[in-house]
Amino acid sequence: MNGARNANVGIGRAAGQVHRMLTEAWRLQPLYVSLYAILLSFVVGGVLISIIGVNPFTAYWALLRGMVGGGDEIAGSLARSVPFIGSALALAFAFRAGLFNIGAEGQLLAGGITAAYVGALSWMSDLPGIVAIPLILIAGTLGGAIWGGIPGVLRTKTGAHEVISTIMLNSLVLFGVRWMVNSRDPVVLRDTESTVPRTDPISDTAVLPELVDSQPVLHTGLFALVGICFVVAFVLKRTTFGFEVGTVGLNPHASHYAGINVNRVIVASMAASGAFAGLAAASEISGTNGFFQPGTFFLMGFDGIAIALLARTNPVAIIAAALLWGSMLSGAPLMQQEADVSIDVVRIIQAMVLLFVAADAIVRYLFRVRELDQSPFKATSVEGAV
Amino acid sequence: MTTVEHAAGATRASGRVGLDRQSITGLVFGVLGIALLAGVAPAISGTSRRFNFEPPPDPAGIGFHPPTWVIAIGVLFLLTAVLGFAPPEARRWATPARLLSALAVIPLLLVLSLALSDNPSTNIVNLFNESLVLATPLALGATTGLWCERSGIINIGIEGTMLAGAGIGYMTYATIGDAQSTGWLWFSILISVLAGGLVAALLAVLSIRFGVNQIVGGVVINLFALGLTGFLRSEVIVKTGITTGVGTSEFGLPLLSEIPVIGDQLFRGKPIYWMMYLVVIGTWLVMFRTPWGLRVRSCGENPHAAETLGVNVVRIRYQSVILGGLIAGLAGAWFSMESQTRFEDNMTNAAGFIALAALIFGKWTPWGAFGGALLFGFSRALGTRLQFLGVEVSGFEIPSEFLQALPFIVTLVVVAGAVGRSIPPAAAGQPFQRSK
Repeated sequence: MNGARNANVGIGRAAGQVHRMLTEAWRLQPLYVSLYAILLSFVVGGVLISIIGVNPFTAYWALLRGMVGGGDEIAGSLARSVPFIGSALALAFAFRAGLFNIGAEGQLLAGGITAAYVGALSWMSDLPGIVAIPLILIAGTLGGAIWGGIPGVLRTKTGAHEVISTIMLNSLVLFGVRWMVNSRDPVVLRDTESTVPRTDPISDTAVLPELVDSQPVLHTGLFALVGICFVVAFVLKRTTFGFEVGTVGLNPHASHYAGINVNRVIVASMAASGAFAGLAAASEISGTNGFFQPGTFFLMGFDGIAIALLARTNPVAIIAAALLWGSMLSGAPLMQQEADVSIDVVRIIQAMVLLFVAADAIVRYLFRVRELDQSPFKATSVEGAV
Repeated sequence: MTTVEHAAGATRASGRVGLDRQSITGLVFGVLGIALLAGVAPAISGTSRRFNFEPPPDPAGIGFHPPTWVIAIGVLFLLTAVLGFAPPEARRWATPARLLSALAVIPLLLVLSLALSDNPSTNIVNLFNESLVLATPLALGATTGLWCERSGIINIGIEGTMLAGAGIGYMTYATIGDAQSTGWLWFSILISVLAGGLVAALLAVLSIRFGVNQIVGGVVINLFALGLTGFLRSEVIVKTGITTGVGTSEFGLPLLSEIPVIGDQLFRGKPIYWMMYLVVIGTWLVMFRTPWGLRVRSCGENPHAAETLGVNVVRIRYQSVILGGLIAGLAGAWFSMESQTRFEDNMTNAAGFIALAALIFGKWTPWGAFGGALLFGFSRALGTRLQFLGVEVSGFEIPSEFLQALPFIVTLVVVAGAVGRSIPPAAAGQPFQRSK
């Protein structure tokens, strides 16, 4: 009797687990806001397109074919998305720690210039690819981590808010790299043979292997960045450090009281955040460009904010959100070519996505989505900034 | 102060020893003073140079001997350093000495740049005027930030608001007035101003009505303005075929521009430049001398206390943010209809962020922000002048990027509190909900 009841309970529990797994697997509630936000943004974009006298469906059809219309288009879209994974991860990780890293834009530049410098060192060509490629990626990651760590240190040592300091550091590094890349007298990092300002090309051994010869080239940096997303998901969910990051993000007071070294977590989170941006930049330098130009990463850090929020700071969801982001940018030229709609429409749609994701109250009101879970990034989690 | 800082402060307070801010400032000036006396003064050329007050030919001006000036400023720095460590009764002289030393950095830069160049003279009145003109969008942008942040709304969307003002205003001018007619020019400037107000209203609705994180709201504004103006440029402005046009024209202030030597250089200018002064003065008057201004500031410091006194926090915040947006729209018009008469993508080129830096540098006060804008305008004007003069340090030209980066370094130092700590309004960034 007893055994049968135990078995019953066991089966009941197992069934309950299966049910929960299934409902969790198909539980779309957390996705609703993001999906509706995207839908709404395309509606707004469509209205804008019809105002200039183009059928929005024609334009969007061209955009869609530009995004996923064939093998080359898909590969190009994937390639375009790779760096966004890194910049969004940078933002998401900082958000988890309760920090707002507006500086991904600058950390990309810092990582990119470091990677380009290391990649173009003369002895790099003597190294085999298996050493040279990790080296250039690590260099970029470190460059980003240092530039991201500075606001963390400033915050813990002086109380300077990271939003202010990263805005200043963004401009600082921008002028820094512009000087390094532009200056002819003295030559700092400029490729003197090139007519446009850029750094020397990196050594052939430091180039990430190509996967598809699309436009832009799809390279193995994709695996590096997708891999990092899973690593971060694991770290946040299963390690002590991840737990500390999340706890500090939720309540630094309580964390301090519980014996967590809040300052250490803040500096480490900012450095990690910068590292992801730096890695993204290094993979672009190594896999796509082969040299550094300051304009390459324009707006990528700010787009990271939108992608991270669209993915609700979930590292794995970031992959999908970044794919959407990159592929829209990659598909836009076909829309311009076929429907004669300026590619800036995509930029407007993306700004709208950020708007609707951030102002989820609008979406919830329009689509009657109930608030089931606490939004991962509420206005209250970053207090008293600038 | 955020919760993290409280927690961080708790761990820090116990173990903190070492130097206070005054001593650090004293040390910095001491090192600088010694460097000037021992290093710079003997090294620079001893031939006499000249600051002109008007353009050639035969300009009025003063001649000077660069090493003497460097030594004088070096002594001042050392004096400041000594006062920083002086006994408490002498310390009342320390603050004015620090202020004087900080101000002396500007003549020091001028003396050094002329001493290091091959040119024997340069017109400094003109340099001062260029600084003021270049400070126009920065001062207006900083005033925008001032209105928003003093009422409790962080605005990092100043850049986007300006850009929208510049783009929409020029689009109006190009489509209606063919970028030629003065009447339509003023109409278009008005449109710029209104566009700025509209964009700021978006930020206000997002942050006040929907409680969106204000920094995210600002990023939305920046990205949206960049996309929108790019779209308008390629779909409307480019299709009109108009690439340039007639912008606002210079005029001299009556009487003042008649002053000999400097009058014609300092008191001639374009209208938005003059409006900048009115905006700054008006902002100071309204914010610090009227009941409404007091209410605005109270909303930024403690909205709940303000509410118990009967202040309508939500309405005040809407008003302040939109007023700020109108000012940013005027700054936008400066870019596309006064400084130049055309529109390019991303034309404001981070001026909104420099304005934010000026605001922080000026510790969230109107005159401080104006001073910050002036300083940053000066650093840009000096950068151009250095290239013009061909200033070389040990064989290398000073890159203009260094001077462009200067505002951000200075602001970072101020924010970090190494020199004169800058503290934001207490409630900036916190969403406000009415008590039930």
